[in-house]
Amino acid sequence: MLGYDVSWAAFNIVEVMSSSKFTYKRIGYLAASQCFHEGTDVIMLTTNQIRKDLSSPNQYDTGVALTGLSCFVTPDLARDLANDIMTLMSHTKPYIRKKAVLIMYKVFLKYPESLRPAFPRLKEKLEDPDPGVQSAAVNVICELARRNPKNYLSLAPLFFKLMTSSTNNWVLIKIIKLFGALTPLEPRLGKKLIEPLTNLIHSTSAMSLLYECVNTVIAVLISLSSGMPNHSASIQLCVQKLRILIEDSDQNLKYLGLLAMSKILKTHPKSVQSHKDLILQCLDDKDESIRLRALDLLYGMVSKKNLMEIVKKLMLHVDKAEGTTYRDELLTKIIDICSQSNYQYITNFEWYISILVELTRLEGTRHGHLIASQMLDVAIRVKAIRGFAVAQMATLLDNAHLLTGNTQRNGICEVLYAAAWICGEFSEHLEDPMQTLEAMLRPKVATLPGHIQAVYVQNAAKLFATVLQKHEGETDSQVAQETSQLLIERLPLFVQSANLEVQERASCIIQLVKYIQKLQQKNVEVADEVTALFAGELNPVAPKAQKKVPIPEGLDLDAWINEPPSESESEDEKPKSKAVFAKEEPKHSRRHTEVDEKELARRREVRKQEQANNPFYIKASPSSQKVFDAPGVEHIPVVQIDLSVPLKVPGMPMSDQYVKLEEERRQKDKADKKKKDKKKKREKRGKGRKADSGPESEEDITPAQQVDIVTEEMPENALPSDDDDKDPNDPHKALDIDLDKPLADSEKLPVRTHRPEVLKSPAEDRENESIPQESKKKSSKEKKEKKKDKEKDRKRSKEEKKKKKKHKEVEEELMESQPEEAVQSEDTKEMAVPPTSAEEVTAPSSTAAVDTSSAAAAESEPDEPKDTEPEDTKSSKHKKKKQKKEKEEKEKKKKKRHHHHHHHRHHSDGGGEDSVQNGTVEDEEPLPPMSNYSLLAENSYIKMVYDIQGNHQDESKVVVSVIFENKSDSFLKSMEFNVLDSLNSKLQRPDGAGPHDGLTVPFQLPPGVSNEARFVFTVQSIVMPQKLKGTLTFIVKSEESSTHEKLDFKLHFTCTSYLITTPCYSDAYAKLLESGDLKGSSLRLEGVNMPFHHLLARICFHHHFSGALTSQRSL
Amino acid sequence: MIKAILIFNNHGKPRLSKFYEHYTEDTEQQIIRETFHLVSKRDENVCNFLEGGLLIGGSENKLIYRHYATLYFVFCVDSSESELGILDLIQVFVETLDKCFENVCELDLIFHMDKVHNILAEMVMGGMVLETNMSEIITQAEAQTKMEKSEAGIAGAPARAVSAVKNMNLPEMPKNINIGDISIKVPNLPSFK
Repeated sequence: MLGYDVSWAAFNIVEVMSSSKFTYKRIGYLAASQCFHEGTDVIMLTTNQIRKDLSSPNQYDTGVALTGLSCFVTPDLARDLANDIMTLMSHTKPYIRKKAVLIMYKVFLKYPESLRPAFPRLKEKLEDPDPGVQSAAVNVICELARRNPKNYLSLAPLFFKLMTSSTNNWVLIKIIKLFGALTPLEPRLGKKLIEPLTNLIHSTSAMSLLYECVNTVIAVLISLSSGMPNHSASIQLCVQKLRILIEDSDQNLKYLGLLAMSKILKTHPKSVQSHKDLILQCLDDKDESIRLRALDLLYGMVSKKNLMEIVKKLMLHVDKAEGTTYRDELLTKIIDICSQSNYQYITNFEWYISILVELTRLEGTRHGHLIASQMLDVAIRVKAIRGFAVAQMATLLDNAHLLTGNTQRNGICEVLYAAAWICGEFSEHLEDPMQTLEAMLRPKVATLPGHIQAVYVQNAAKLFATVLQKHEGETDSQVAQETSQLLIERLPLFVQSANLEVQERASCIIQLVKYIQKLQQKNVEVADEVTALFAGELNPVAPKAQKKVPIPEGLDLDAWINEPPSESESEDEKPKSKAVFAKEEPKHSRRHTEVDEKELARRREVRKQEQANNPFYIKASPSSQKVFDAPGVEHIPVVQIDLSVPLKVPGMPMSDQYVKLEEERRQKDKADKKKKDKKKKREKRGKGRKADSGPESEEDITPAQQVDIVTEEMPENALPSDDDDKDPNDPHKALDIDLDKPLADSEKLPVRTHRPEVLKSPAEDRENESIPQESKKKSSKEKKEKKKDKEKDRKRSKEEKKKKKKHKEVEEELMESQPEEAVQSEDTKEMAVPPTSAEEVTAPSSTAAVDTSSAAAAESEPDEPKDTEPEDTKSSKHKKKKQKKEKEEKEKKKKKRHHHHHHHRHHSDGGGEDSVQNGTVEDEEPLPPMSNYSLLAENSYIKMVYDIQGNHQDESKVVVSVIFENKSDSFLKSMEFNVLDSLNSKLQRPDGAGPHDGLTVPFQLPPGVSNEARFVFTVQSIVMPQKLKGTLTFIVKSEESSTHEKLDFKLHFTCTSYLITTPCYSDAYAKLLESGDLKGSSLRLEGVNMPFHHLLARICFHHHFSGALTSQRSL
Repeated sequence: MIKAILIFNNHGKPRLSKFYEHYTEDTEQQIIRETFHLVSKRDENVCNFLEGGLLIGGSENKLIYRHYATLYFVFCVDSSESELGILDLIQVFVETLDKCFENVCELDLIFHMDKVHNILAEMVMGGMVLETNMSEIITQAEAQTKMEKSEAGIAGAPARAVSAVKNMNLPEMPKNINIGDISIKVPNLPSFK
């Protein structure tokens, strides 16, 4: 809370939450909402409390529970409570409804399976009479639709209706925003929207609504692309309204106006460009956010024509904005603007280099590396500029002390890295390599960061090579020797460097130079060999190049590592040829067509020559037109500029002069062109900055230099696909669910039930084969056999005795053998300790509810055949060990279904449960069927089978379900079920009944019919097996007479029958393993002749273990 | 979605923090601190939006704030919220507080943190706007206060609350919690008028 840790109070919070007083409860929930989160372990204790509060008659109890839950809902809570919340969505109180609707979004996020079942109701709520509920529903759907718009397109008509009818601005804004997300997917929707939105824009007085409308109109227009004749009107309207916003004195509106403007800019730059004045004005605003927005806009507004002007303005701001982060922002923006789409708008790279050099004068910027990388990029990719760039860099290096003099300027010294590299790599352009070399070896350099020094050392060597080359031919070799001497004197400084890289390079080079010096003294020509060390051109590689290398056929990264890798592996991976791709520049291809034939021919000539000289033009194709050609060398401005730059002056060039020069040059160009083709009417403009319209005006600006931008290299067979920017971890991905499909049965929300009874279709029902109720004899026989088997498995000593008994007095024997079994089951339980614990065996009193959905969760382990079964049937069993142990799950269901078949009263709570029809496809051999009901007692009139299971929500209670089957030809009625309570276990009787009164079974049985009744027992201790004696009394009514009959039975509660399953996730399981609480013991069983997994399945099934056994088994 | 709601004073002391996503305490503190730094150095007459960017979540998040007297009300929202709408919401929030506390001031927020939270819970739930109608919010908040009253009897509530707190037996609980405040404040609640 308020940033302080209160996790120590988590349990107390749970206590307070469960207070019956609203006052405390509210405080408890408030505290919980502040400090609970998914990692809070006590959260699992709250499930039942929250459920209770949700169904509280007091709306505020429900309210606080919902509010609290919205802050700490976990996947478990979401799953367990989804159904309760869904019910609340139809609550009578709008207060609850709206909260329930809103929280559904959180539930969807945590438990995506709930989306489809809940969606119809959510949709209903869009038309709720209460505006609050409506707004909540709109809110939720908007959130959902924003992430996965395509699934919500079908709701568009509904929203359209809402939009035209609603007067609530909040709702309108949300809907309009939603439409903004939908229109890109459905252009027809956009067309329909334009009109009402325009109306809204005209009519509304609320700025927020106006703004959102404009935004959506923009989105619509973007989605419509072109082709609609009248949409320029809408654009105009939007831009107009935005202009009003921007001119408003309210800074907020100004900000938003700029924001929206930048959206228009992307598709309709021209409409925005006419407002350039306004935007430039915003650059002077005192509010930084607004300035940044304006900057963003500028980014899209530049053209060839106005780039220089805009950048000049920005440079002015840079000067003003000393020492702020805003200045850094400006700097990046300048670079962004200039370098956007491959330097598309730069016509004069000398100008750009000078801008970069000017930027190096900034103090304390963090973006030194950015400038450096731009310098490198330009120098490498624009061949024509190298000479100029090298000269500038040499000046920079010469004045390096200006950059490094102050430790605060550290960021900027990065540019020296670029400068040194450029000077070294393109040293052939250097006028005085000696001087540069000297500058690079000044002692001061040792104060630079290591990586820069390393580049210095390396490039000093390159320069050395150039110097040698230059002076080799001369008779007087003194210069070369002096150079060697210089290196030998200065390099030791670097050898001592603390930076390993520097040290290593310096050591190598100093040895090399010493050797060369020796050779020089012998007058051996070494220059060529030294130069060869640094020969070859370094081309830029596209950042994605590595990724784009297709996986060669036959390369399987998952393959066994020691097997010889396939041949294709290594060869294909290397980018083979260093082809120079010329820059794609479609706009200029049109310009070429305007140029007359002669010019073209001449250019072709030039190009051919150039290509011939360039070894990288192997691939030259007709498309090499793309090369950014300039009118030619005769267009003298290049020369002029070169002359005008005071290269020799140690200082920085001024970029400003380029602006002027550029203007002149352009005018001249224009004049030339005009002469050339008079048909084309072009106004000569005094100042290029006046808004030229149309692309033609763009085109007539020719670049000052011959610029061929070397495209970044890509591997030859790069894959074109470009979908590498999706985040696989987006939680909203899970909600990408088709909502229009009809709901499948399996998608119902999990509902809590005592027993998940599974309804089967009658058709399946008919498939029944081994149903004990139908063919009692058969089944009982089977049972006996099974029992025998079982006994054999378990206790050979008692085997024989039992067998005999079984054949004779089944019931009795059943009762008697139970205690032994209890022992057995303990044993088996121990044997199976790890699996058991994996499921976190809990007593019925545990608050964590387990419902069918946990089975669904468990189903995700596809090859675990049994993990669904225990839960599906979730029943207790004592006798089942003796009885047919295993019946296929299906059959179990059928059996159950069979009971229902006779009496449907009990189905009421089983409505939604077929959800868990297990979808597991067993690829192992199928498990033998298992039943969860075991025989309780039987005589000639009636047979009772029963099943015990823990009660999830009511603590310390177990539910015993007994199926009564009438075996006689008479009518059975007035059945009374009574059990002699023990200290530990008591039958729950209705209020007012004495402790020895029996419970009336709430039905009568016609001949041959069976039905099920449930009895609730309270249990004190769950660690004690129990045997309860009981009696069933009933009246047998035949046509002529009626007789009282009774049947005694013994109900046996084993400890395992109290178990219920609760999911245990891997981390909790890991903790459990860690804790050392797990114990193992083993027992050797002889004569087991069934597969291990069957055995395991049986153990699990009959003892309420479930779930993640697969892993255990495979261990 | 609203990602977080923060209220802090001119000195950066948090008065209310509500995060709709979980962060560790350290991160929360850092977020509050950095938000304060961002917001506090802005002039009065600049726009109320800030690119929150790195603070919470991705760059699509925004900080929308308003400054009232000694307090900053900051909402961190993502792109699905309307900026002006949130500004209105802050206004509604503050006006509601004003109505509920009768001239709200920073002290009210300190001494009745729960009440502020409860009012906020009626407006924003789990990061989504629940109600924007001020009278509705006040009605619900007051109904709940009334319920607390009726539950407690006339003077029973404070006493019982105190004893409940005392009996909680929390060894690590800070000793300096001023319980006296509770017993003094509660009986003075306005429903006795």
